[in-house]
Amino acid sequence: MNIHGIRAIYKFEMARTGRTLMQSVLSPVVSTSLYFVVFGSAIGSRITSIEGVSYAAFIIPGLVMLSLLMQSVSNASFGIYFPKFVGTIYEVHSAPLSYLEIITGYVGAAATKAIVVGLIILGTARLFVPYSIAHPAVMVLFLVMTTVTFSLFGFIIGIWADNFEKLQVVPLMIITPLTFLGGSFYSIHMLPPFWQKVTLFNPVVYLISGFRWSFYGLADVNVGISVVATLVFLALCLAGVWWIFRTGWRLKA
Amino acid sequence: MHSDSTARDATTDAVIDVRGLDKTYEGGFQALKGIDLTVRRGEIFALLGPNGAGKTTLISIICGIVNPGSGTVTVDGHDIIRDWRKTRTIIGLVPQELKTDAFETVWNTVRFSRGLFGKAPDDAYLEQLLKDLSLWDKRDAKILMLSGGMKRRVMIAKALSHQPNVLFLDEPTAGVDVELRRDMWAMVRRLRESGVTIILTTHYIEEAEDMADRVGVINKGELIVVEDKTALMQKLGKKQLRLQLHEPMASVPESLTDYGLELNGKGDEITYSYDTQSERTGITALLRDLAAAGIGFKDLSTRQDTLEQIFVELVREGP
Repeated sequence: MNIHGIRAIYKFEMARTGRTLMQSVLSPVVSTSLYFVVFGSAIGSRITSIEGVSYAAFIIPGLVMLSLLMQSVSNASFGIYFPKFVGTIYEVHSAPLSYLEIITGYVGAAATKAIVVGLIILGTARLFVPYSIAHPAVMVLFLVMTTVTFSLFGFIIGIWADNFEKLQVVPLMIITPLTFLGGSFYSIHMLPPFWQKVTLFNPVVYLISGFRWSFYGLADVNVGISVVATLVFLALCLAGVWWIFRTGWRLKA
Repeated sequence: MHSDSTARDATTDAVIDVRGLDKTYEGGFQALKGIDLTVRRGEIFALLGPNGAGKTTLISIICGIVNPGSGTVTVDGHDIIRDWRKTRTIIGLVPQELKTDAFETVWNTVRFSRGLFGKAPDDAYLEQLLKDLSLWDKRDAKILMLSGGMKRRVMIAKALSHQPNVLFLDEPTAGVDVELRRDMWAMVRRLRESGVTIILTTHYIEEAEDMADRVGVINKGELIVVEDKTALMQKLGKKQLRLQLHEPMASVPESLTDYGLELNGKGDEITYSYDTQSERTGITALLRDLAAAGIGFKDLSTRQDTLEQIFVELVREGP
Protein backbone atom coordinates (compact mmCIF):
# COMPACT_ATOMS: atom_id res chain seq x y z
CA MET A 1 0.00 0.00 0.00
CA ASN A 2 1.27 3.49 -0.88
CA ILE A 3 0.92 5.09 2.54
CA HIS A 4 3.16 8.03 1.58
CA GLY A 5 0.92 8.68 -1.43
CA ILE A 6 -2.27 8.70 0.64
CA ARG A 7 -0.63 10.96 3.21
CA ALA A 8 0.56 13.33 0.47
CA ILE A 9 -2.97 13.75 -0.94
CA TYR A 10 -4.49 14.04 2.53
CA LYS A 11 -1.99 16.64 3.71
CA PHE A 12 -2.27 18.57 0.46
CA GLU A 13 -6.05 18.77 0.78
CA MET A 14 -5.92 19.69 4.44
CA ALA A 15 -3.36 22.40 3.68
CA ARG A 16 -5.80 23.88 1.17
CA THR A 17 -8.31 24.26 4.00
CA GLY A 18 -5.67 26.10 5.98
CA ARG A 19 -5.23 28.54 3.10
CA THR A 20 -8.98 29.12 2.82
CA LEU A 21 -9.88 29.22 6.50
CA MET A 22 -12.53 31.94 6.07
CA GLN A 23 -14.36 30.00 3.42
CA SER A 24 -13.83 26.53 4.87
CA VAL A 25 -14.53 27.05 8.56
CA LEU A 26 -15.69 30.55 9.39
CA SER A 27 -18.37 30.75 6.72
CA PRO A 28 -20.36 27.66 7.86
CA VAL A 29 -20.08 28.79 11.48
CA VAL A 30 -21.48 32.23 10.63
CA SER A 31 -24.33 30.84 8.54
CA THR A 32 -25.24 28.30 11.25
CA SER A 33 -25.26 31.05 13.85
CA LEU A 34 -27.66 32.96 11.64
CA TYR A 35 -29.92 29.89 11.44
CA PHE A 36 -29.98 29.80 15.25
CA VAL A 37 -30.88 33.46 15.41
CA VAL A 38 -33.61 33.20 12.76
CA PHE A 39 -35.06 29.75 13.45
CA GLY A 40 -34.08 29.19 17.09
CA SER A 41 -34.94 32.61 18.46
CA ALA A 42 -37.52 34.12 16.11
CA ILE A 43 -39.50 31.00 15.18
CA GLY A 44 -38.54 29.07 18.34
CA SER A 45 -40.30 31.68 20.45
CA ARG A 46 -43.57 30.60 18.78
CA ILE A 47 -42.87 26.83 18.78
CA THR A 48 -41.99 26.18 22.38
CA SER A 49 -41.09 22.48 22.14
CA ILE A 50 -41.37 19.37 19.97
CA GLU A 51 -41.96 16.15 21.88
CA GLY A 52 -40.47 17.69 25.00
CA VAL A 53 -37.36 19.16 23.34
CA SER A 54 -37.05 22.92 22.96
CA TYR A 55 -37.27 24.01 19.33
CA ALA A 56 -33.81 25.63 19.42
CA ALA A 57 -32.29 22.34 20.66
CA PHE A 58 -34.45 20.30 18.25
CA ILE A 59 -32.94 21.95 15.16
CA ILE A 60 -29.30 21.41 16.24
CA PRO A 61 -28.90 17.91 14.69
CA GLY A 62 -30.57 19.13 11.49
CA LEU A 63 -28.28 22.14 11.26
CA VAL A 64 -25.19 20.04 11.89
CA MET A 65 -26.38 17.54 9.27
CA LEU A 66 -27.00 20.38 6.79
CA SER A 67 -23.42 21.55 7.23
CA LEU A 68 -22.00 18.04 7.13
CA LEU A 69 -23.71 17.28 3.83
CA MET A 70 -22.78 20.59 2.21
CA GLN A 71 -19.19 20.50 3.46
CA SER A 72 -18.62 16.85 2.55
CA VAL A 73 -19.96 17.31 -0.98
CA SER A 74 -18.26 20.62 -1.69
CA ASN A 75 -14.88 19.65 -0.18
CA ALA A 76 -14.66 16.33 -2.01
CA SER A 77 -16.03 17.61 -5.32
CA PHE A 78 -13.67 20.60 -5.37
CA GLY A 79 -10.76 18.44 -4.20
CA ILE A 80 -10.86 16.22 -7.28
CA TYR A 81 -12.30 18.77 -9.73
CA PHE A 82 -9.55 21.36 -9.24
CA PRO A 83 -6.64 19.09 -10.30
CA LYS A 84 -8.76 18.05 -13.27
CA PHE A 85 -9.38 21.69 -14.12
CA VAL A 86 -5.74 22.84 -13.88
CA GLY A 87 -4.39 19.61 -15.34
CA THR A 88 -2.35 18.44 -12.35
CA ILE A 89 -4.41 15.25 -12.22
CA TYR A 90 -1.83 13.74 -14.60
CA GLU A 91 0.47 13.35 -11.62
CA VAL A 92 -2.08 11.34 -9.64
CA HIS A 93 -2.74 9.11 -12.66
CA SER A 94 0.94 8.48 -13.27
CA ALA A 95 1.71 7.82 -9.59
CA PRO A 96 1.80 4.30 -8.13
CA LEU A 97 -1.56 4.80 -6.39
CA SER A 98 -4.50 2.40 -6.49
CA TYR A 99 -8.03 3.71 -6.81
CA LEU A 100 -8.67 2.90 -3.18
CA GLU A 101 -5.61 4.89 -2.13
CA ILE A 102 -6.64 7.91 -4.22
CA ILE A 103 -10.14 7.82 -2.73
CA THR A 104 -8.80 7.38 0.78
CA GLY A 105 -6.67 10.50 0.37
CA TYR A 106 -9.30 12.76 -1.16
CA VAL A 107 -12.39 11.45 0.65
CA GLY A 108 -10.52 11.12 3.94
CA ALA A 109 -9.52 14.78 3.81
CA ALA A 110 -12.99 15.94 2.75
CA ALA A 111 -14.66 13.92 5.52
CA THR A 112 -12.15 15.18 8.11
CA LYS A 113 -12.85 18.79 7.18
CA ALA A 114 -16.61 18.21 7.29
CA ILE A 115 -16.37 16.57 10.72
CA VAL A 116 -14.25 19.43 12.05
CA VAL A 117 -16.81 21.93 10.79
CA GLY A 118 -19.64 19.82 12.26
CA LEU A 119 -17.95 19.75 15.65
CA ILE A 120 -17.31 23.50 15.53
CA ILE A 121 -21.01 24.03 14.80
CA LEU A 122 -21.94 21.81 17.73
CA GLY A 123 -19.68 23.95 19.89
CA THR A 124 -21.20 27.13 18.49
CA ALA A 125 -24.72 25.80 19.19
CA ARG A 126 -23.76 25.47 22.83
CA LEU A 127 -23.44 29.25 22.95
CA PHE A 128 -27.10 29.59 21.98
CA VAL A 129 -28.86 26.68 23.62
CA PRO A 130 -28.15 23.85 26.09
CA TYR A 131 -28.46 20.34 24.63
CA SER A 132 -27.43 16.82 25.49
CA ILE A 133 -26.25 13.82 23.46
CA ALA A 134 -28.07 10.70 24.66
CA HIS A 135 -26.16 8.21 22.49
CA PRO A 136 -22.67 9.64 21.76
CA ALA A 137 -21.39 6.48 20.05
CA VAL A 138 -24.33 6.44 17.64
CA MET A 139 -23.87 10.16 17.07
CA VAL A 140 -20.22 9.59 16.08
CA LEU A 141 -21.28 6.64 13.90
CA PHE A 142 -23.79 8.80 11.99
CA LEU A 143 -21.30 11.66 11.81
CA VAL A 144 -18.64 9.46 10.24
CA MET A 145 -20.95 7.43 7.97
CA THR A 146 -22.67 10.55 6.66
CA THR A 147 -19.47 12.48 5.98
CA VAL A 148 -17.79 9.53 4.27
CA THR A 149 -20.89 8.77 2.19
CA PHE A 150 -21.42 12.34 1.07
CA SER A 151 -17.71 12.89 0.51
CA LEU A 152 -17.84 9.91 -1.87
CA PHE A 153 -20.90 11.48 -3.47
CA GLY A 154 -19.00 14.76 -3.79
CA PHE A 155 -16.06 12.91 -5.32
CA ILE A 156 -18.39 11.53 -8.01
CA ILE A 157 -19.77 15.03 -8.66
CA GLY A 158 -16.23 16.39 -8.95
CA ILE A 159 -15.39 13.77 -11.57
CA TRP A 160 -18.68 14.30 -13.42
CA ALA A 161 -18.43 18.11 -13.47
CA ASP A 162 -16.70 19.69 -16.43
CA ASN A 163 -17.25 23.27 -15.31
CA PHE A 164 -17.63 25.19 -12.06
CA GLU A 165 -21.37 25.63 -12.57
CA LYS A 166 -21.98 21.89 -12.49
CA LEU A 167 -19.87 21.72 -9.37
CA GLN A 168 -22.32 24.07 -7.64
CA VAL A 169 -25.55 22.72 -9.13
CA VAL A 170 -25.85 19.50 -7.11
CA PRO A 171 -25.15 21.00 -3.66
CA LEU A 172 -27.42 23.98 -4.28
CA MET A 173 -30.22 22.39 -6.31
CA ILE A 174 -30.36 18.93 -4.75
CA ILE A 175 -28.60 18.69 -1.38
CA THR A 176 -29.93 21.95 0.10
CA PRO A 177 -33.62 21.35 -0.82
CA LEU A 178 -33.46 17.73 0.32
CA THR A 179 -31.96 18.80 3.65
CA PHE A 180 -34.45 21.62 4.20
CA LEU A 181 -37.33 19.29 3.31
CA GLY A 182 -35.82 16.37 5.21
CA GLY A 183 -36.82 17.49 8.68
CA SER A 184 -33.92 19.76 9.60
CA PHE A 185 -36.21 22.34 11.10
CA TYR A 186 -39.32 20.28 11.87
CA SER A 187 -40.51 16.81 12.65
CA ILE A 188 -42.06 15.17 9.60
CA HIS A 189 -44.96 14.19 11.89
CA MET A 190 -45.93 17.87 11.76
CA LEU A 191 -46.72 17.44 8.03
CA PRO A 192 -50.09 16.31 6.58
CA PRO A 193 -50.24 12.49 6.16
CA PHE A 194 -49.75 12.61 2.37
CA TRP A 195 -46.58 14.72 2.61
CA GLN A 196 -45.29 12.52 5.42
CA LYS A 197 -45.36 9.59 2.96
CA VAL A 198 -43.76 11.65 0.16
CA THR A 199 -41.01 12.80 2.52
CA LEU A 200 -40.01 9.19 3.16
CA PHE A 201 -38.60 9.11 -0.40
CA ASN A 202 -36.09 11.77 0.67
CA PRO A 203 -32.91 9.93 1.77
CA VAL A 204 -31.83 12.85 3.95
CA VAL A 205 -34.83 12.22 6.23
CA TYR A 206 -33.20 9.02 7.45
CA LEU A 207 -29.86 10.73 8.13
CA ILE A 208 -31.39 13.60 10.11
CA SER A 209 -33.80 11.31 11.93
CA GLY A 210 -31.06 8.92 12.99
CA PHE A 211 -28.72 11.75 13.96
CA ARG A 212 -31.45 13.45 16.03
CA TRP A 213 -32.21 10.16 17.75
CA SER A 214 -28.59 9.99 18.91
CA PHE A 215 -29.13 13.38 20.62
CA TYR A 216 -32.60 13.16 22.15
CA GLY A 217 -33.92 9.65 21.51
CA LEU A 218 -36.47 11.24 19.14
CA ALA A 219 -36.83 9.89 15.60
CA ASP A 220 -39.15 10.37 12.62
CA VAL A 221 -38.25 6.87 11.42
CA ASN A 222 -36.84 3.88 13.25
CA VAL A 223 -33.12 4.37 13.94
CA GLY A 224 -32.34 0.90 12.55
CA ILE A 225 -33.91 1.91 9.24
CA SER A 226 -31.84 5.11 9.31
CA VAL A 227 -28.62 3.10 9.73
CA VAL A 228 -29.60 0.73 6.91
CA ALA A 229 -30.57 3.64 4.61
CA THR A 230 -27.23 5.35 5.27
CA LEU A 231 -25.35 2.12 4.57
CA VAL A 232 -27.30 1.62 1.33
CA PHE A 233 -26.38 5.12 0.17
CA LEU A 234 -22.78 4.49 1.17
CA ALA A 235 -22.77 1.26 -0.85
CA LEU A 236 -24.26 3.06 -3.88
CA CYS A 237 -21.59 5.75 -3.72
CA LEU A 238 -18.84 3.15 -3.36
CA ALA A 239 -20.23 1.29 -6.38
CA GLY A 240 -20.30 4.55 -8.36
CA VAL A 241 -16.69 5.38 -7.52
CA TRP A 242 -15.59 1.81 -8.26
CA TRP A 243 -17.26 1.99 -11.68
CA ILE A 244 -15.66 5.35 -12.46
CA PHE A 245 -12.18 4.07 -11.71
CA ARG A 246 -12.75 0.78 -13.50
CA THR A 247 -13.86 2.51 -16.69
CA GLY A 248 -11.79 5.69 -16.35
CA TRP A 249 -15.00 7.68 -17.00
CA ARG A 250 -14.14 11.39 -17.28
CA LEU A 251 -10.72 10.63 -15.84
CA LYS A 252 -8.73 8.78 -18.48
CA ALA A 253 -8.80 8.72 -22.26
CA MET B 1 26.90 -12.16 -36.54
CA HIS B 2 27.29 -8.51 -35.68
CA SER B 3 23.60 -7.72 -36.20
CA ASP B 4 22.55 -10.73 -34.05
CA SER B 5 24.61 -9.59 -31.10
CA THR B 6 23.39 -6.04 -31.52
CA ALA B 7 19.79 -7.23 -31.48
CA ARG B 8 20.45 -9.38 -28.40
CA ASP B 9 22.12 -6.46 -26.61
CA ALA B 10 19.20 -4.23 -27.43
CA THR B 11 16.71 -6.73 -25.99
CA THR B 12 18.60 -7.62 -22.83
CA ASP B 13 19.38 -3.99 -22.15
CA ALA B 14 15.89 -2.75 -22.87
CA VAL B 15 14.41 -0.54 -20.19
CA ILE B 16 11.23 0.08 -22.18
CA ASP B 17 9.81 -2.47 -24.56
CA VAL B 18 6.69 -1.70 -26.59
CA ARG B 19 5.14 -4.43 -28.74
CA GLY B 20 2.24 -4.05 -31.15
CA LEU B 21 0.77 -1.08 -29.33
CA ASP B 22 -2.48 0.27 -30.75
CA LYS B 23 -4.62 3.08 -29.43
CA THR B 24 -7.95 4.27 -30.78
CA TYR B 25 -9.75 7.06 -28.94
CA GLU B 26 -13.48 7.08 -28.29
CA GLY B 27 -14.22 9.28 -31.29
CA GLY B 28 -12.60 6.67 -33.57
CA PHE B 29 -9.28 8.47 -34.06
CA GLN B 30 -6.48 5.91 -34.22
CA ALA B 31 -3.55 7.56 -32.49
CA LEU B 32 -1.14 4.61 -32.51
CA LYS B 33 -0.85 1.79 -35.04
CA GLY B 34 1.15 -1.26 -34.02
CA ILE B 35 4.07 0.49 -32.36
CA ASP B 36 7.15 -1.66 -31.71
CA LEU B 37 9.87 0.16 -29.83
CA THR B 38 12.78 -0.65 -27.56
CA VAL B 39 14.48 2.01 -25.48
CA ARG B 40 17.86 1.01 -24.10
CA ARG B 41 18.95 1.53 -20.56
CA GLY B 42 20.90 4.71 -19.98
CA GLU B 43 20.39 6.24 -23.40
CA ILE B 44 18.87 9.52 -24.51
CA PHE B 45 16.15 8.61 -26.97
CA ALA B 46 14.54 11.35 -29.04
CA LEU B 47 11.02 10.71 -30.26
CA LEU B 48 10.30 13.04 -33.15
CA GLY B 49 7.14 13.65 -35.05
CA PRO B 50 4.82 16.40 -36.24
CA ASN B 51 1.89 17.60 -34.12
CA GLY B 52 -0.72 14.90 -33.65
CA ALA B 53 1.67 12.13 -34.69
CA GLY B 54 1.08 10.14 -31.49
CA LYS B 55 4.11 11.08 -29.39
CA THR B 56 2.19 12.26 -26.35
CA THR B 57 -0.27 9.34 -26.58
CA LEU B 58 2.62 6.89 -26.57
CA ILE B 59 4.25 8.58 -23.58
CA SER B 60 0.93 8.87 -21.75
CA ILE B 61 0.25 5.15 -22.15
CA ILE B 62 3.67 4.17 -20.84
CA CYS B 63 3.20 6.51 -17.86
CA GLY B 64 -0.31 5.21 -17.06
CA ILE B 65 -2.23 8.38 -17.92
CA VAL B 66 -4.00 6.96 -20.98
CA ASN B 67 -5.38 3.44 -21.20
CA PRO B 68 -3.68 1.36 -23.90
CA GLY B 69 -5.63 -0.37 -26.67
CA SER B 70 -3.99 -3.64 -27.66
CA GLY B 71 -0.33 -4.57 -27.37
CA THR B 72 2.10 -4.75 -24.48
CA VAL B 73 4.44 -2.34 -22.76
CA THR B 74 7.08 -3.32 -20.24
CA VAL B 75 9.26 -1.00 -18.19
CA ASP B 76 12.38 -2.56 -16.72
CA GLY B 77 10.82 -5.96 -17.42
CA HIS B 78 7.53 -5.15 -15.66
CA ASP B 79 4.23 -5.03 -17.53
CA ILE B 80 2.57 -1.60 -17.20
CA ILE B 81 -0.85 -3.19 -16.61
CA ARG B 82 0.04 -6.16 -14.38
CA ASP B 83 2.87 -4.48 -12.45
CA TRP B 84 1.60 -0.91 -12.71
CA ARG B 85 2.76 0.05 -9.25
CA LYS B 86 6.33 -1.03 -9.97
CA THR B 87 6.55 0.60 -13.40
CA ARG B 88 5.09 3.90 -12.25
CA THR B 89 7.60 4.08 -9.41
CA ILE B 90 10.40 3.85 -11.97
CA ILE B 91 9.08 6.57 -14.28
CA GLY B 92 9.14 10.34 -14.02
CA LEU B 93 7.21 12.56 -16.42
CA VAL B 94 7.55 16.19 -17.41
CA PRO B 95 4.43 16.87 -19.46
CA GLN B 96 4.29 19.22 -22.39
CA GLU B 97 1.98 21.77 -20.78
CA LEU B 98 2.76 23.68 -17.61
CA LYS B 99 0.38 22.06 -15.17
CA THR B 100 1.06 23.25 -11.65
CA ASP B 101 -0.71 24.03 -8.40
CA ALA B 102 -0.55 27.77 -8.75
CA PHE B 103 -1.23 28.54 -5.07
CA GLU B 104 1.27 26.02 -3.69
CA THR B 105 4.89 26.79 -2.86
CA VAL B 106 7.74 25.22 -4.79
CA TRP B 107 8.94 23.29 -1.74
CA ASN B 108 5.50 21.90 -0.86
CA THR B 109 4.67 20.85 -4.41
CA VAL B 110 7.95 18.97 -4.77
CA ARG B 111 7.45 17.24 -1.42
CA PHE B 112 3.89 16.38 -2.49
CA SER B 113 5.16 14.76 -5.70
CA ARG B 114 7.72 12.68 -3.83
CA GLY B 115 5.08 11.43 -1.42
CA LEU B 116 2.64 10.69 -4.23
CA PHE B 117 5.17 8.30 -5.74
CA GLY B 118 5.48 6.42 -2.48
CA LYS B 119 8.82 7.76 -1.31
CA ALA B 120 9.52 8.74 2.30
CA PRO B 121 10.41 12.42 2.81
CA ASP B 122 14.03 13.22 2.05
CA ASP B 123 14.55 16.92 2.49
CA ALA B 124 18.30 16.71 1.84
CA TYR B 125 17.71 15.17 -1.59
CA LEU B 126 15.00 17.68 -2.46
CA GLU B 127 17.20 20.56 -1.34
CA GLN B 128 19.98 19.36 -3.63
CA LEU B 129 17.48 18.87 -6.47
CA LEU B 130 16.16 22.42 -6.12
CA LYS B 131 19.72 23.76 -5.96
CA ASP B 132 20.65 21.85 -9.13
CA LEU B 133 17.69 23.41 -10.87
CA SER B 134 18.41 26.89 -9.48
CA LEU B 135 15.12 26.82 -7.59
CA TRP B 136 16.40 26.82 -4.03
CA ASP B 137 16.00 30.59 -3.67
CA LYS B 138 12.41 30.26 -4.82
CA ARG B 139 11.47 27.36 -2.54
CA ASP B 140 8.99 29.42 -0.51
CA ALA B 141 7.54 31.26 -3.50
CA LYS B 142 4.10 30.38 -4.74
CA ILE B 143 4.26 28.83 -8.20
CA LEU B 144 1.84 31.50 -9.37
CA MET B 145 4.57 34.09 -8.91
CA LEU B 146 7.19 32.29 -11.02
CA SER B 147 8.13 32.97 -14.63
CA GLY B 148 7.35 30.41 -17.33
CA GLY B 149 10.93 29.16 -17.34
CA MET B 150 10.92 28.74 -13.56
CA LYS B 151 7.64 26.86 -13.73
CA ARG B 152 9.22 24.53 -16.27
CA ARG B 153 12.04 23.88 -13.80
CA VAL B 154 9.45 23.13 -11.11
CA MET B 155 7.86 20.57 -13.41
CA ILE B 156 11.25 18.91 -13.83
CA ALA B 157 11.88 19.00 -10.08
CA LYS B 158 8.50 17.33 -9.47
CA ALA B 159 9.29 14.62 -12.02
CA LEU B 160 12.68 13.96 -10.43
CA SER B 161 11.49 14.21 -6.82
CA HIS B 162 11.06 10.43 -6.50
CA GLN B 163 14.41 9.61 -8.13
CA PRO B 164 13.08 7.82 -11.24
CA ASN B 165 15.25 5.58 -13.44
CA VAL B 166 13.36 6.60 -16.57
CA LEU B 167 12.50 10.20 -17.34
CA PHE B 168 10.08 11.35 -20.02
CA LEU B 169 10.50 14.91 -21.19
CA ASP B 170 7.63 15.93 -23.44
CA GLU B 171 8.69 19.11 -25.23
CA PRO B 172 10.72 20.30 -22.24
CA THR B 173 12.18 23.37 -23.91
CA ALA B 174 9.01 24.72 -25.52
CA GLY B 175 8.80 28.44 -24.76
CA VAL B 176 12.02 28.40 -22.77
CA ASP B 177 14.76 31.00 -23.25
CA VAL B 178 18.19 30.09 -24.58
CA GLU B 179 19.98 30.17 -21.23
CA LEU B 180 17.46 27.95 -19.50
CA ARG B 181 17.47 25.59 -22.46
CA ARG B 182 21.22 25.25 -22.18
CA ASP B 183 20.92 24.63 -18.42
CA MET B 184 18.27 22.00 -19.02
CA TRP B 185 20.33 20.08 -21.50
CA ALA B 186 23.31 20.21 -19.17
CA MET B 187 21.07 18.73 -16.49
CA VAL B 188 19.81 16.05 -18.89
CA ARG B 189 23.40 15.07 -19.64
CA ARG B 190 24.16 14.87 -15.91
CA LEU B 191 21.09 12.68 -15.39
CA ARG B 192 22.16 10.36 -18.18
CA GLU B 193 25.61 10.12 -16.63
CA SER B 194 23.96 9.09 -13.36
CA GLY B 195 22.24 6.22 -15.19
CA VAL B 196 18.80 7.70 -15.89
CA THR B 197 17.27 6.75 -19.23
CA ILE B 198 15.78 9.78 -20.96
CA ILE B 199 13.08 9.81 -23.58
CA LEU B 200 12.39 13.21 -25.01
CA THR B 201 10.20 14.76 -27.62
CA THR B 202 11.13 18.08 -29.08
CA HIS B 203 10.28 20.35 -31.96
CA TYR B 204 13.80 21.72 -31.90
CA ILE B 205 15.35 18.96 -33.93
CA GLU B 206 18.81 20.43 -33.67
CA GLU B 207 18.50 19.64 -29.95
CA ALA B 208 17.80 16.00 -30.72
CA GLU B 209 20.72 16.02 -33.12
CA ASP B 210 22.91 17.43 -30.39
CA MET B 211 21.65 15.32 -27.47
CA ALA B 212 20.18 12.02 -28.56
CA ASP B 213 21.91 8.67 -28.85
CA ARG B 214 19.05 7.26 -30.89
CA VAL B 215 16.15 8.74 -32.75
CA GLY B 216 12.65 7.46 -33.48
CA VAL B 217 10.37 9.19 -35.96
CA ILE B 218 6.64 8.76 -35.55
CA ASN B 219 4.05 9.98 -38.04
CA LYS B 220 0.30 9.40 -38.16
CA GLY B 221 0.56 6.86 -35.34
CA GLU B 222 3.25 4.75 -36.99
CA LEU B 223 6.89 4.52 -36.07
CA ILE B 224 8.64 5.18 -39.38
CA VAL B 225 12.19 4.68 -38.24
CA VAL B 226 14.21 3.96 -35.12
CA GLU B 227 17.92 4.30 -35.58
CA ASP B 228 21.15 5.27 -33.97
CA LYS B 229 21.37 9.01 -34.62
CA THR B 230 24.75 8.94 -36.35
CA ALA B 231 23.79 5.91 -38.43
CA LEU B 232 20.49 7.56 -39.37
CA MET B 233 22.21 10.68 -40.53
CA GLN B 234 24.74 8.68 -42.51
CA LYS B 235 22.11 6.39 -43.96
CA LEU B 236 19.43 8.90 -44.87
CA GLY B 237 21.35 12.12 -44.99
CA LYS B 238 22.61 13.26 -48.37
CA LYS B 239 25.95 14.94 -48.62
CA GLN B 240 26.77 17.81 -50.92
CA LEU B 241 30.04 18.79 -52.55
CA ARG B 242 30.32 22.48 -53.45
CA LEU B 243 32.91 23.72 -55.88
CA GLN B 244 33.69 27.41 -56.34
CA LEU B 245 34.71 27.93 -59.93
CA HIS B 246 37.58 30.06 -61.28
CA GLU B 247 35.43 31.36 -64.08
CA PRO B 248 31.63 31.71 -63.98
CA MET B 249 29.73 29.72 -66.58
CA ALA B 250 26.28 30.19 -68.12
CA SER B 251 25.21 26.56 -67.89
CA VAL B 252 26.48 23.10 -67.01
CA PRO B 253 28.22 21.49 -70.03
CA GLU B 254 26.40 18.54 -71.62
CA SER B 255 29.24 16.18 -70.76
CA LEU B 256 28.42 16.69 -67.05
CA THR B 257 24.61 16.44 -67.12
CA ASP B 258 24.61 12.88 -65.71
CA TYR B 259 25.95 14.21 -62.41
CA GLY B 260 22.80 16.26 -61.76
CA LEU B 261 24.84 19.33 -60.90
CA GLU B 262 23.21 22.52 -59.69
CA LEU B 263 24.65 25.83 -60.80
CA ASN B 264 24.04 28.84 -58.58
CA GLY B 265 22.59 32.16 -59.81
CA LYS B 266 25.95 33.81 -60.38
CA GLY B 267 27.22 30.75 -62.25
CA ASP B 268 30.35 30.56 -60.09
CA GLU B 269 29.43 27.61 -57.83
CA ILE B 270 28.25 24.10 -58.62
CA THR B 271 26.74 21.67 -56.13
CA TYR B 272 26.94 17.91 -56.43
CA SER B 273 24.73 15.73 -54.17
CA TYR B 274 25.87 12.19 -53.43
CA ASP B 275 24.95 9.26 -51.24
CA THR B 276 27.55 8.45 -48.60
CA GLN B 277 26.26 4.88 -48.31
CA SER B 278 26.71 3.94 -51.94
CA GLU B 279 29.81 2.05 -53.04
CA ARG B 280 30.97 4.85 -55.32
CA THR B 281 30.25 8.46 -54.52
CA GLY B 282 31.17 9.58 -58.01
CA ILE B 283 33.43 12.36 -56.73
CA THR B 284 36.59 11.08 -58.39
CA ALA B 285 34.85 10.74 -61.76
CA LEU B 286 33.29 14.18 -61.42
CA LEU B 287 36.61 15.86 -60.70
CA ARG B 288 38.19 14.04 -63.62
CA ASP B 289 35.37 15.06 -65.99
CA LEU B 290 35.51 18.66 -64.76
CA ALA B 291 39.21 18.76 -65.60
CA ALA B 292 38.50 17.19 -69.00
CA ALA B 293 35.89 19.89 -69.66
CA GLY B 294 38.42 22.57 -68.72
CA ILE B 295 36.52 23.73 -65.68
CA GLY B 296 38.80 24.76 -62.84
CA PHE B 297 37.82 25.45 -59.24
CA LYS B 298 39.45 27.51 -56.53
CA ASP B 299 37.82 26.02 -53.44
CA LEU B 300 35.63 23.11 -52.36
CA SER B 301 33.56 22.20 -49.32
CA THR B 302 31.16 19.46 -48.26
CA ARG B 303 27.92 19.72 -46.27
CA GLN B 304 25.75 17.00 -44.75
CA ASP B 305 21.97 17.08 -44.32
CA THR B 306 20.88 17.99 -40.81
CA LEU B 307 18.62 15.74 -38.79
CA GLU B 308 15.90 18.29 -39.40
CA GLN B 309 16.19 17.92 -43.16
CA ILE B 310 16.08 14.13 -42.79
CA PHE B 311 13.08 14.40 -40.48
CA VAL B 312 11.17 16.65 -42.89
CA GLU B 313 11.91 14.24 -45.72
CA LEU B 314 10.76 11.22 -43.71
CA VAL B 315 7.55 12.86 -42.59
CA ARG B 316 6.79 14.10 -46.11
CA GLU B 317 7.15 10.59 -47.50
CA GLY B 318 4.88 9.39 -44.68
CA PRO B 319 4.15 5.85 -43.47
